[in-house]
Amino acid sequence: MADLATVIREECNPPMLEGEMSYHDITEQISSITEWKKAPRAWWIMISFTGTLLLLLLTMLTYLVSRGIGVWGNNSPVGWAWDITNFVWWIGIGHAGTLISAILFLLRQKWRTAINRAAEAMTIFAVACAAIFPLFHTGRPWRAVYWLFPIPNTYLHMWQNYKSPLEWDVFAVSTYGTVSILFWYTGLIPDLATLRDRSAPGLRKIIYGVLALGWRGASTHWKHYEKAYMILAGISTPLVLSVHTIVSFDFAVSVIPGWHTTIFPPYFVAGAVFSGFAMVMTLLILSRWALGLENIITIRHLELMNKVILATGTIVGYAYATEFFIAWYSGDTYERFTFLNRIAGPYWWAWWTMTICNCVIPQFFWIKKMRRNIAVMFIISITTNIGMWFERFVIIVLSLHRDFMPSAWGYFKPTLVDIGTYLGTFGLFLTLYLLFVRFLPMIAISEVKGTLSAQRHVDHIYEHYLEAHAAEAQESHGIA
Amino acid sequence: MALLNRTAVHEGDLYGAVGEFNDENELMEAIAQIRRQGYSKLEAYTPFPIHGIDDALGNKPSKLGWFVVCCGLTGATAAATFLWWTSAVDYPIVVGGKPLFAFTYSIPIMFELMILLSAFGSLYGMLGVNRLPRLYHPIFNYTNADRINDDGFVLAIEAEDPQFDAEECVRVLESAGAVNAEVVAK
Repeated sequence: MADLATVIREECNPPMLEGEMSYHDITEQISSITEWKKAPRAWWIMISFTGTLLLLLLTMLTYLVSRGIGVWGNNSPVGWAWDITNFVWWIGIGHAGTLISAILFLLRQKWRTAINRAAEAMTIFAVACAAIFPLFHTGRPWRAVYWLFPIPNTYLHMWQNYKSPLEWDVFAVSTYGTVSILFWYTGLIPDLATLRDRSAPGLRKIIYGVLALGWRGASTHWKHYEKAYMILAGISTPLVLSVHTIVSFDFAVSVIPGWHTTIFPPYFVAGAVFSGFAMVMTLLILSRWALGLENIITIRHLELMNKVILATGTIVGYAYATEFFIAWYSGDTYERFTFLNRIAGPYWWAWWTMTICNCVIPQFFWIKKMRRNIAVMFIISITTNIGMWFERFVIIVLSLHRDFMPSAWGYFKPTLVDIGTYLGTFGLFLTLYLLFVRFLPMIAISEVKGTLSAQRHVDHIYEHYLEAHAAEAQESHGIA
Repeated sequence: MALLNRTAVHEGDLYGAVGEFNDENELMEAIAQIRRQGYSKLEAYTPFPIHGIDDALGNKPSKLGWFVVCCGLTGATAAATFLWWTSAVDYPIVVGGKPLFAFTYSIPIMFELMILLSAFGSLYGMLGVNRLPRLYHPIFNYTNADRINDDGFVLAIEAEDPQFDAEECVRVLESAGAVNAEVVAK
């Protein structure tokens, strides 16, 4: 009887942290990462590597600006290629952060507290990488400001075309980037105060002190803070759905076969969450191992994330099937051809890579052992992102390279600059992530404490219940 | 025992009596107990928001939401007005045979600006009502103020309280289970 009750208790209120931890232990463990006197050699090795990639990005972009966008492989008929593929891929990755921080917050999924900070940071860095591509594919980014944003100027003497999804995208992506930063910063304020209070007087204390804005943890402040946090979560939820919806409009509102479909918004959002969770998984597996955070980011957290990957991956697979069905059912020659061309055209390998990575491999997560195996989930997180990159490549390049007129068909090949720019964005992304881990608390300290407090509270109730019932059982059955 | 950690002499120079509790449950019990004794100007300082503490302290719910609603409506209205003015008034040009202005095509940008202004409204509104950023606050004079954002559950009876008496309040805190209770200067 008591055993069953214990089982029920553990099922209903599973521990978020491994081992007995006090509030102070949480502060200590998470803050100490930012308090290294000297960063470990491994960190320097990693940042040298990612810094080199970042330099590669700068070199490639400088070369692009000095020579023109002809240095990329884009050409008629494939006017959009790796640049937009990379843009959609990076922005999609960003979606996981907002999903974890906002949607899981509204759904009261307490396990999010262990991973939301890193995921939000990742969102911001991914959006920064994404923004590079549309900005630089204009060729003249400093002038693009006037093309993209309604800034009065004497250079164009006209306004943007607000009927175009591309212009909507400008607003969607810039709003998304800004709101993600605001949300992230709001969450950071109490933790910055923790770091401030732990620092000895000096530059470090001044910097964290300025960033913490004088936060003192007063309950009248927490009241407004919690309200603000909830509103930010509430508005980020439709925002994150709108961003990839609008990104998908870039394609869906055109007349190109393979693009002109109404399924795109939900299909893109599911794909974004799918790839974003995979990227969070890749980073967290490495971070928790390197920083010894296995007791806070537990296997249970990773398993729950794998379930999200499985669910969204299956939605993506279903969307692929629907696209094929509609292509056949529409009876439209061009539409049918586009989809046959994906399976068996010159880019067959891209379609098959996408399908195997996105539809087949994540299905291993139906098996509990696989969901809890670090090596398996690490591999699947990587293949998922490969698959999702190919998905965007398939949608963009494969639809463009053979459209209505066979005389206008072509074959896109990336140049070294295409490849270098893409690799370079990893440099930006990972360098920012490494700096984040080094200088900011990568787990939301105050939120983890709140979760622990709630956990203890529920545990307490269970204990009382069990005690009461043990006495009852003893009375009625005479069981000792 | 009243300890002054600053040389404050007059009651007007005091922030209040401050004490620390071991955990959130003890803090909550102490709040209830002290409020029963008629104290009303209480402030708790905690490392994370505590469920139910606003009711215990008698804080009114936050009205921040209304401010954010106004920000959101401003964003949406401003976007619609701006799109109408730029594309139908200031520089009317037909693109793709579409009308010069239509509500439908304005929705995405209206939505984005609504969200953007709401987000700024939430963060800046929160900072505004909390009077942050702030360079100085007397609670930082408390001996264990550094623990508030770590694992300190601190309760202050503020000097503004009509019943406030420094020595008495320290005793009240101690009898409610506080450790390191002391009088804190402004």
